[in-house]
Amino acid sequence: MGTARHLVPEFGNPPRPPRGCAPREARMGELDAVFLARIQFAFTISFHIVFPAFTIGLAAYVATLEILWLRTGKDHFARLARFWTKIFAVAFAMGVVSGIMMSYQFGTNWSRFSVAIGNVVGPLIGYEVLTAFFLEATFLGILLFGWHRVPRWLHVTAAILVAVGTSLSAFWILAANSWMHTPAGHVVRDGIAHPVDWMAIIFNPSFPYRFVHMLTACYLTTSLVVLAVGARYLLAGRFAEEARTMVRMGLGMVVALAPLQLLFGDLHGLNTAKHQPAKVAAMEAHWDGSRPAPLVLFAWPDEAGERNVAEVSIPRLASLIITHRLDGLFPGLKDFPRDERPPVAPVFFSFRVMVGLGMAMIALGLAGAWLWWKRRVFHTRWFLRLSAHAWWTGFVAILAGWMVTEIGRQPWIAWGILRTRDAASPVETEAVALSLALIVVTYTVVFSVGVWYIRKLMRKGPVAALLEPPKGVANRPLSAAQRAAAEAGTREARA
Amino acid sequence: MSELDFSLPVVWALVIGVAVALYVVLDGFDLGIGILFPFFPREHDRDQMMNTVAPFWDGNETWLVLGGGGLWVAFPKAFAIIMPALYLPVIVLLLALIFRGVAFEFRWVAKPHHRWWDLAFSGGSTLAAFAQGLVLGGLLQGIEVRNGEFAGGPLDWLTPFSLFTGCALVVGYALIGATWLAMKTDGDVEARSRRLGVGLLAGLLGAIAIVSVWTPLAVPRIAERWFAMPAFLWLAPVPVATAIAAAACWHGLRKRRHLMPFVASVALFLLAYVGLVISNVPYLVPPVLDVWQAAADPKSQMFMLVGVLVLLPIILAYTAFNYWVFRGKVKAGEGYH
Ligand code: HDD
Ligand code: HEM
Ligand code: HEM
Repeated sequence: MGTARHLVPEFGNPPRPPRGCAPREARMGELDAVFLARIQFAFTISFHIVFPAFTIGLAAYVATLEILWLRTGKDHFARLARFWTKIFAVAFAMGVVSGIMMSYQFGTNWSRFSVAIGNVVGPLIGYEVLTAFFLEATFLGILLFGWHRVPRWLHVTAAILVAVGTSLSAFWILAANSWMHTPAGHVVRDGIAHPVDWMAIIFNPSFPYRFVHMLTACYLTTSLVVLAVGARYLLAGRFAEEARTMVRMGLGMVVALAPLQLLFGDLHGLNTAKHQPAKVAAMEAHWDGSRPAPLVLFAWPDEAGERNVAEVSIPRLASLIITHRLDGLFPGLKDFPRDERPPVAPVFFSFRVMVGLGMAMIALGLAGAWLWWKRRVFHTRWFLRLSAHAWWTGFVAILAGWMVTEIGRQPWIAWGILRTRDAASPVETEAVALSLALIVVTYTVVFSVGVWYIRKLMRKGPVAALLEPPKGVANRPLSAAQRAAAEAGTREARA
Repeated sequence: MSELDFSLPVVWALVIGVAVALYVVLDGFDLGIGILFPFFPREHDRDQMMNTVAPFWDGNETWLVLGGGGLWVAFPKAFAIIMPALYLPVIVLLLALIFRGVAFEFRWVAKPHHRWWDLAFSGGSTLAAFAQGLVLGGLLQGIEVRNGEFAGGPLDWLTPFSLFTGCALVVGYALIGATWLAMKTDGDVEARSRRLGVGLLAGLLGAIAIVSVWTPLAVPRIAERWFAMPAFLWLAPVPVATAIAAAACWHGLRKRRHLMPFVASVALFLLAYVGLVISNVPYLVPPVLDVWQAAADPKSQMFMLVGVLVLLPIILAYTAFNYWVFRGKVKAGEGYH
């Protein structure tokens, strides 16, 4: 291996004296670049995930609308499909550009991570590119611009392929991420993970739970947005037919998925208790593993004092949830050395935000289902108002859920294999600081404007989307396109 | 070294080489269109230009993800040196791509207040092209490596040479952009693209000539490769083919051929690319790390290679289908939006 070779650039800069670049141990005190890199990662992924969460759900919704349109021939499905496709396009563009930033960060900020676990995680992300990114990106062209260029069935197929692509993307990236939480199917030699069994790597112990929980989260989030938009139109008395369809479809999904999500989340938590007990102890702010745990409704976890301040709790309930026995025991934070505990407060609070919002969604679904059954759902203003204001709940729950998962994994980046502080790149703090500043400014400007544009499209509404297409729509069916191409061909021959 | 240990990295280097070449050509013309924006001040010209690439840009950019991702999969050690070494240009590249990428959608929603997104599109495209040139220059001139890690400073890449390659790539992308427009548009846009194309062609040829002289002069290793005797004969066709491609491009632009200028400019690009590859084979981080030293675990390379061999033909097929669906010229005042 060329590891010990000392080399300098062949031309350009003169060779520089050694920078006092210290061995890894000595760098431990120097957490600055690592810290900034962590902030940068958390910031960029938090922005990124908002868009996939929406586009994964929306792609499936648009595909469903198009299938309904193909089968029933009813126009309002086509109008809705077109309307949501425009919104999808804006969100998707933001998802793509923020995602490209993500994948390059593994090299820029986390180069030691890339070397240490690249053998295992790299191919999973490679498969994501090959099976998912190309599929979505290519058929997106037909979905967005092919309305008058390809036959209906092909357009519907493109919509379905885009939806499949987004879910495949979630499959692979979550396989990679889950492996970092519950590694399996590998051996570690000289601090570098080597693959042994790919099936075990992909279907690692937490993957099925995380994949199902996350996909459900995406569909739930999108359903809430669809419901909110429908409710707004009903309240404003606009687009009555489309609005009813949206409320029906959005609400139906919330009614079905919100309780399911509770079930999936519970199973996910049991799995975590088995594989990452320190994370669960932090989620529950459970310090003392020798006693049955209460369910802490509120508290301020005091990490230095290893106890909860101002605790409000229901005795033994956490034990019941996690061990299914009232006197069941599970490890508390004190069972782990201090340097192997995750930060408690962020994990604890994020978990409560997520579960709290999940419960609120169940309640909204139940209320809606009851009104629906009573045939009052389209006229009950308080319910419509509530729904209209609930559009953000899914996004916040998703962000909170990821905070639980990722902060709960600390101090490990790959559980038991590599610590976060050993994973960063040998780059200067100033470079990371500068790039972080540029990223914060760019993201804030670009993505706020984008969200504002989505709002603008929502205000315009579905009818506008069909009646006044932006100027210059190519109204060419396939045959006309062929004619045009043939003309171009003959002109070329003549020229 | 077993046979597999020898050949897998070579195959992978080929795969990544092809992905990067496809990226440079495909995203090249759509970045080029952004670079040319300032020369087309009228709104409907710009609409027409953007519409020629709107259905393709996302797929084109995905080759960049495959190039970077592929490098990580197959050669993690190279990825882990190159990215930190070229940290700032890479970040600038990615941020620039954000601005120009979202502009495709934002510009239409923003109308009639789309001026800012015109600027974001052309500024972002130009900056992205320039940053890619910086990355290229930074890589060619060498990276300081110690103990298998990048050991230089954050501005090591900043040299006259990398600034030059940055500008050269902007000119090059603008040329493919212009020949693409000559093929995909009509009317004023086409005519103006042809005129611009001739100048850009001259510029690119100049840049290629300068790089061809500069690198062997500065790096003896490269001079040896090109000018040692038997190799010289093998390599002679590269410059000759470059001259032919340049002539074809010029001829096609002047004689209003539709396809020829584009094909010739792509050929020109690929030849320059092949030239750079020849100069640096078998290094990934010249001259420190070659493809064998940087290789991932053979099991990882193999697992991924199976996917590439099965999926890449399918991807190429549906990409071609997409270009076919949106074939033909985009007429003024007409688009897909
Ligand atoms: C659960 C789903 C999910 C998660 C956790 C992530 N992504 Fe993502 N990503 C998607 C789901 C997605 C998607 C649905 O496929 C996107 C979002 C919207 C879109 O346009 O495609 C996408 C786009 C997207 C792209 C652009 C693809 C293209 O060119 O079309 C890249 C390179 C990444 N992502 C990379 C990442 C990385 C490196 C992540 C983690 C660190 C990550 N994503 C987390
Ligand atoms: C998609 C939703 C995700 C969100 C919202 C998210 C959130 C976060 C947060 C908040 C951190 C910082 C934790 C801390 O430093 O205390 C983090 C770290 C990290 N996550 Fe995630 N994450 C997500 C998905 C992923 C995925 C899919 C991967 C990889 C395949 C990943 C890999 C990492 C890495 C490498 C770090 C950096 C090291 C660290 O700071 O711990 N994350 N993430
Ligand atoms: C209703 C009760 C819910 C429970 C009991 C629950 C449970 C959990 C648990 C235990 C985790 C952490 C898993 C780990 O890292 O080991 C988690 C993560 C997560 N949750 Fe929830 N959850 C609930 C609701 C929701 C809702 C409503 C959403 C979003 C709409 C959501 C989105 C997420 C996401 C995105 C993650 C991170 C990814 C993952 O690890 O799966 N959850 N959830």
